[in-house]
Amino acid sequence: MPKVTVDGQEIEVPNGATVLQACELAGKEIPRFCYHERLSIAGNCRMCLVEVKPGPPKPQASCALPATEGQEIRTDTPMVKSAREGVMEFLLINHPLDCPICDQGGECDLQDQSVAYGRGGSRYHENKRAVTEKYMGPLIKTVMTRCIHCTRCVRFSEEIAGVDEIGALYRGEDMQITTYLEQAAEHELSANVIDLCPVGALTSRPYAFEARPWELKKTLSIDVSDAVGANIRLDSRGREVMRALPRINDDVNEEWLSDKGRYMVDGLTRKRLDRVWIRRKGKLQPASWEEAFKAIAKAQKSSGPQGSIAAIAGDLVDCETMFAAKRLVNALGSTLLEGRQTGMSYPATNLAAVNFNSTFAGIETADAILIVGSHVRWEAPLVNVRLRKAAKAGAKVFVVGPHWDTTYPAEFLGDDAAVLHDLPGHVTEALAKARRPAVIVGGAGLAKGALDAALALPVQREGWNGFNVLHMAASRMGGLMLGYAQKGGIKDIVDAAPKLVLALGADEVDWSAFAGSLKVYIGHHGDKGAHAADIILPAAAYSEKDGTYVNTEGRVQFAEKAVFAPGDAREDWTILRALADALGVSVGFDSFAELQAAMIAEVPALGEEGLANYGALPKPGKGRAPKRATGRIAYPIKDFYLTNAIARASVVMQECSAELVHGQVLEAAE
Amino acid sequence: MLADKDRIFTNLYGYQSWSLEAARKRGDWDETKALLARGQDAIIEEIKTSGLRGRGGAGFPTGLKWSFMPKESRDGRPSFLVINADESEPGSCKDREIIRHDPHKLIEGALVAGFAMRARAAYVYIRGEYIREAETFQKALDEAYDAGLIGKNASGSGYDFDVFLHRGAGAYICGEETAMIESLEGKKGQPRLKPPFPAGAGLYGCPTTVNNVESIAVAPTILRRGAGWFASFGRENNKGTKLFQISGHVEKPCVVEEAMSIPFRELIEKHCGGIRGGWDNLLAVIPGGSSVPLVPAKDVIDMPLDFDGCKDAGSGLGTAGIIVMDKSTDIVRAISRLSYFYKHESCGQCTPCREGTGWMWRVMQRLRTGDAHIDEIDMLQQVTKQVEGHTICALGDAAAWPIQGLIRHFRPELERRIAQNDAMREAAE
Repeated sequence: MPKVTVDGQEIEVPNGATVLQACELAGKEIPRFCYHERLSIAGNCRMCLVEVKPGPPKPQASCALPATEGQEIRTDTPMVKSAREGVMEFLLINHPLDCPICDQGGECDLQDQSVAYGRGGSRYHENKRAVTEKYMGPLIKTVMTRCIHCTRCVRFSEEIAGVDEIGALYRGEDMQITTYLEQAAEHELSANVIDLCPVGALTSRPYAFEARPWELKKTLSIDVSDAVGANIRLDSRGREVMRALPRINDDVNEEWLSDKGRYMVDGLTRKRLDRVWIRRKGKLQPASWEEAFKAIAKAQKSSGPQGSIAAIAGDLVDCETMFAAKRLVNALGSTLLEGRQTGMSYPATNLAAVNFNSTFAGIETADAILIVGSHVRWEAPLVNVRLRKAAKAGAKVFVVGPHWDTTYPAEFLGDDAAVLHDLPGHVTEALAKARRPAVIVGGAGLAKGALDAALALPVQREGWNGFNVLHMAASRMGGLMLGYAQKGGIKDIVDAAPKLVLALGADEVDWSAFAGSLKVYIGHHGDKGAHAADIILPAAAYSEKDGTYVNTEGRVQFAEKAVFAPGDAREDWTILRALADALGVSVGFDSFAELQAAMIAEVPALGEEGLANYGALPKPGKGRAPKRATGRIAYPIKDFYLTNAIARASVVMQECSAELVHGQVLEAAE
Repeated sequence: MLADKDRIFTNLYGYQSWSLEAARKRGDWDETKALLARGQDAIIEEIKTSGLRGRGGAGFPTGLKWSFMPKESRDGRPSFLVINADESEPGSCKDREIIRHDPHKLIEGALVAGFAMRARAAYVYIRGEYIREAETFQKALDEAYDAGLIGKNASGSGYDFDVFLHRGAGAYICGEETAMIESLEGKKGQPRLKPPFPAGAGLYGCPTTVNNVESIAVAPTILRRGAGWFASFGRENNKGTKLFQISGHVEKPCVVEEAMSIPFRELIEKHCGGIRGGWDNLLAVIPGGSSVPLVPAKDVIDMPLDFDGCKDAGSGLGTAGIIVMDKSTDIVRAISRLSYFYKHESCGQCTPCREGTGWMWRVMQRLRTGDAHIDEIDMLQQVTKQVEGHTICALGDAAAWPIQGLIRHFRPELERRIAQNDAMREAAE
């Protein structure tokens, strides 16, 4: 713990800290452009210069200089002031002063710091440099004349994303940042470079010229595009969500967000269900809420005193919606609840066995990792970033399943899930010898019955639980906690042939199996579920309601309502509450607060933000014969950009899918 | 004048063959095994005592630099010697003569120096434009390998040592030691941040020393003839002999080995046949390759050519690439051409150099014709100060110094051109 003096103030800094960090600890602001906490140190912008004694009689780049015992750091001397002014002047001489037409305006590091540390005017009277535009794909808009060559984007793609997509060409003042051969940046985290860019060189293409940051209402929310539960901020104006940005949460998403989570928000205004529809003579026709409720009540009455009703939860719903539906179904005397739409039936009695136990932050420290049936890059891009960190720190990674580009060294052990019962010697040895071994079972692995075989692997250590299941649906863990799981999966519900099925935004179910049921779709997008429905009740998307989500680690998180749902659409719980009245039963709550209280009373873990405690892992095979993993693994996601109803409705996601997944280059309209 | 018997580079002009056989006759590879048998520490100590300072420009004591290398590898990492043959400084042309006419001096030096710093191998990074030189050097390397002088059990010493030749692609910045390491690793030639210094983590993250060709090539002779012999030349702190490269307005431009601290007048009179048009015709001299400030005639004539002598005159010895300019020179144009060079060769990594070199060149372009405001001279001076000392490597300093030298010594000339241009413009109106 070296002691240093910053502007006369003596402080103790952690070992390995840099002078910049020491200054920040002392409460001094150090301007910077190239330095970023999560990237390697480049030291090239020269904005963070400070005076350090002992040292050469010139200012030093504080971001790259280790703080050592007895250093005397000055941030307030004339030398430092003139150094900052000089660097700022250099950055601005070739930077276009086009702030009024620049999308970065209002949230631009260069703008802010030139006000704080720059000179009043310009002494540069030569011509400014102009740089040709670079194509970086459908998400990143470039104005490379504005680039200040901080290389944050280059370092992000190399270090975090793990792909060599972005780099620098040429040298000196002709240096240009570009993608390789000007191809689109294809990585599923590529849009994070927009946040990293300190100027308006890389801005958001879909959001171009849409809004200024100061016009936007900022709402804290949770991303529902996968089961990671990335912390996001929804920026909205009026009734429209303009953009989603990641919030910093070191335990979950660090400060990144997948491109899908970021850009599917334009789908929130398209293909929306904003009125009630009833199927008459095979065709959906507009109707009123009363008509719909009457039709549902009629179907329910015809089923006799003991209600024949089931609820199937979709991938995007919050816990409150699922709980309200559960109360309704229970009040009608049924327990038919299911959330695993595609027919999976893994046992859900012990939730620790279907949880990501090592946590995302923990998996970074694993030293041997076996992935069973998960295309992590597509199913949870932010988890893949963690796995890459682990691999960089020396972890051995093995994958059971078809090949995918991991961005780190990994050994593929074949497509057959049965290999779990007969792992090659070096894999078992690596897991056995590892200090922190981990296994990650993905959806495709669960589908092939890999859960028991994975549970049998020796991945437990003192203070370390390396057994992980990686889900893909934001609602999955919450649904399992609320009992949305039948022993035989959705097949049990098909076999029960309920008269009435409530589809809570369930778009992935094979509805042809429910020909005899009245299918009531409560959801927000006119997608597959709505197409199959007999009655459609328009509900709210994740941005339009408060809600609780549990990510695949069992982390309970709350999202807030950013905007109102369009048209006649209502928040899901109010629809279910009104339906209870129409069906003549009581669900025991009249307000959202009462609903939450009832939910927390039933599942206390949902009332506490943070990791839920699921207890110990089951002993494999205890009480029943362990299942054998068998069959060829096939990843369920065929198209990263179109995995849910919101994304499928999003024009941006469709463009991404066409260009980045299917390789169609869109020509400009003539 | 340095006696012929005291010359280290006895085939500087290529009058004899560069081959191993000829080199052996000149005394190279003579009992190299015995040199190595003195032991690593003794060799480093001898070089330290000789007072040899790095010949690449910065003048860092060579023996001291070698002593920074780890004595033993604690984590299994090997050490490397990188020899900087990327001679691209305008005005410098000494390494080329060594490589094409006396390559075995360099190879033997690589072995001795590499052995002393416990390096596994030496990489010779040769300037891309030196095509024939690279061919010659490769042939010499092959000869040395075939004769068992380097490679496994080099020269019968029991020490394994490889020498590799690596050709650059023509970027000046790759002559900076850390940019050279980056380039050797196959990356874009951009200087690294220091610390960590190469002696701790250099090539492929291993301890590395980067030395100039001349510093390495003189090492075996110093060991053979003794540190005392080498230290008998030159003033205190500026010992030894040195290759001087005189170009420009002298009667006979040449590369010549001379004792350090030789006065400028003596060097020019003895080896170059005097200044073109006589001493009264001398305008200014850039004593150390293009990166150092120029020295006007009155200060340079009796200046001892060594590190301290040049420093006292407000300049630097650099590589001793002496550019002589007589009064026919358009001094502003000359410096403006150097500014273009630095603008062209800036790697573009850090802000002051990337933006500043272009700015300085553009102002210099206008100062050439006087198409500027008188205040812009001061502004240019400030801009050079904003670049100098604010960059990762020394290229920023190198770009700033020639202009500072010009403003310091030739400000009246700049002002005269501006006044003349103003007068012309007024007359035209």
